[in-house]
Amino acid sequence: MAKRIGMEVSIAAAEAVALADVDVIAAYPITPQTHIVEHLSELVANGHLDAEFIPVESEHSAMSCCVGSAAAGARTFTSTSSQGYALMSEICYIAAGLRLPIVMLTANRALSAPISIWNDHADMMMSRDTGWIQTVAENGQEVIDLVFHAFRVAEDQRVLLPVIVNLDGFILSHMIEPMILLDKEEVDRYLPPYRPKLRLDPKEPITMGPVGMPEVYTESKVAHDEALKASRAVITEAWKEFGDLFGRYYHPVETYKTEDAETILITMGSISETAMTAVDAMRADGRSVGLARIRLWRPFPTEELIAAVKGARTLAVMDRALTLNGVCGPVCAELKSALYDRDLHPYLQNYIVGLGGRDVTVQNFMEMSDGVVEAAERGAPMGYEIINVRE
Amino acid sequence: MVEIRFHGRGGQGAVTSAELTALAAIEEGKFAQAFPSFGPERRGAPVMAFVRVSEQQIRTREKIYEPNIVVVLDPSLLEIVNVEAGLREGGLVVLNTSKSAEELRRETGLKARLAIVDATKIALETMRLPITNTTMLGALLKASGIMPIDALRSPIQNRFGPIAEKNLAACLRAFDETNVEG
Amino acid sequence: MPKETGICSWKELELGTAIRQPGSAGELKTGDWRSMYPVTDFEACIKCGRCYIYCPDMVYVRNEQGYYEQNYYYCKGCGICAHECPVDAIKMVQEGD
Repeated sequence: MAKRIGMEVSIAAAEAVALADVDVIAAYPITPQTHIVEHLSELVANGHLDAEFIPVESEHSAMSCCVGSAAAGARTFTSTSSQGYALMSEICYIAAGLRLPIVMLTANRALSAPISIWNDHADMMMSRDTGWIQTVAENGQEVIDLVFHAFRVAEDQRVLLPVIVNLDGFILSHMIEPMILLDKEEVDRYLPPYRPKLRLDPKEPITMGPVGMPEVYTESKVAHDEALKASRAVITEAWKEFGDLFGRYYHPVETYKTEDAETILITMGSISETAMTAVDAMRADGRSVGLARIRLWRPFPTEELIAAVKGARTLAVMDRALTLNGVCGPVCAELKSALYDRDLHPYLQNYIVGLGGRDVTVQNFMEMSDGVVEAAERGAPMGYEIINVRE
Repeated sequence: MVEIRFHGRGGQGAVTSAELTALAAIEEGKFAQAFPSFGPERRGAPVMAFVRVSEQQIRTREKIYEPNIVVVLDPSLLEIVNVEAGLREGGLVVLNTSKSAEELRRETGLKARLAIVDATKIALETMRLPITNTTMLGALLKASGIMPIDALRSPIQNRFGPIAEKNLAACLRAFDETNVEG
Repeated sequence: MPKETGICSWKELELGTAIRQPGSAGELKTGDWRSMYPVTDFEACIKCGRCYIYCPDMVYVRNEQGYYEQNYYYCKGCGICAHECPVDAIKMVQEGD
């Protein structure tokens, strides 16, 4: 039976990876991911988890090991943050291109310079175009549920792609809170053993990762892109089945009080819960505000997000990452493109929040919500604004 | 919802105090969050740790700016940290001190309602160590009544193993010896 | 997929553009890259095998008599064999001559 536990989210995440009966873990410690891999190495060293833990010398090696182990047909896990992701990113493209169902937890952290160990989504945005599936957790419960979902989707024969589960560094990774952890039988019911479609086997040799001449490369990328597109149905199906089995339902985009909302806030990650509290307060005050939270970052849930926001007059889109001197932040850019394609023209402002560990408060959400309404009335040009900046 | 801020010095167990409070609350069926002031850990430097306890699911991730209760593990911090910063109207300060409430008010100008206990003395006598984190939890529960003192039993046992009994004894003794202003 | 060209629909590509057929690189004809080809004078050859060792394209195959013969399907005409032969038994000859 699933049990309610009080635990640090990183430790619970490691327990979830262990319950998924992972075969190989190759990882290099980096703040704030450290507790996840420390706990896994402890579980392996103490004999509680029958897996190979490979303590590599860098993140580049970590992902290289993961590619090798997944290619050999092993269920494979790693975890990183920030600069660690930057170092491993070269191999991340390869893992996805080779269609290897590796699962990674990214404890999201800002990128240097200046050095910051604190949270934002710069690393998530760096991994955006690698062709991995990416989900984003709002709380500890979602972190562990999304870990099971990640293995299930990644290894599905209709998908066979690596998956990143994003959790906000410190804000989630170092939080102690109550969660419901499935037991082994429940996990086994949800997550069948990994049956690779292709694997490296000396008895039946194949080549993975050959040269793709110009005649082949484009077709190869189309196949990858189509695989990601096809993964949408599997992702939602796997969430539906998770909900049917365990009572917690997840969707690519979650809405909160959006039905009749004139203004909708759009968030991703742990700020979503704070935003919900702000929506409650503003609703109590008679303001017509709702919230749409993005849980699936790649493949991007275009239809679901449009459906969630199309009734609103004004939108406040939060980005926890900066696209320096682009049109707007990365989440907002996706939404704006999608709206243009559908000839929809709500008034929209993009707010860059919570960079490098800057807190995002209930009050901030109220100010942004009021700010976008006021800017719309004024007819201010649509752009992006970094909030809480000292002049 | 109750929001608590712990003040200690790196290594004194402020973070552990926060964790144990949250774990005890969760075991009681409540909702709770415990988190450190995120960042590098430095032994001896003033540190803070935070707890939220609620009967309902907690849906905020902002830091705690206006606690209901502040717990001070080390009396020397009163000279360098404004422990009453952000404390809500009617809030409570739980202090480790060998002084009386009157003396403290005179020396430090503290205005909030106080709960005081000589946690260092209790810790030294019970555990032979000047580590006051579990001791101060007894004082916190006495002063706040957020949950029964027995709720701490299993989190302390899980955390401290062979030295759990001594920690529990210190915690219970502090519970008995804490003076709470009316 | 059509092996000679690798040109096919994206739908026919193997998962991750993998190649299922072991040793399929052996089918890649590099023999039409050359403008000169090596010819061995077996009277002079001492069967030392240096041509076999140095050839970057696996052109040389040892026959029953112990001599090394060229498989021109792969030979790019680089001339390394002729350069390395210690008794000058290998001569490079212009294609078409």
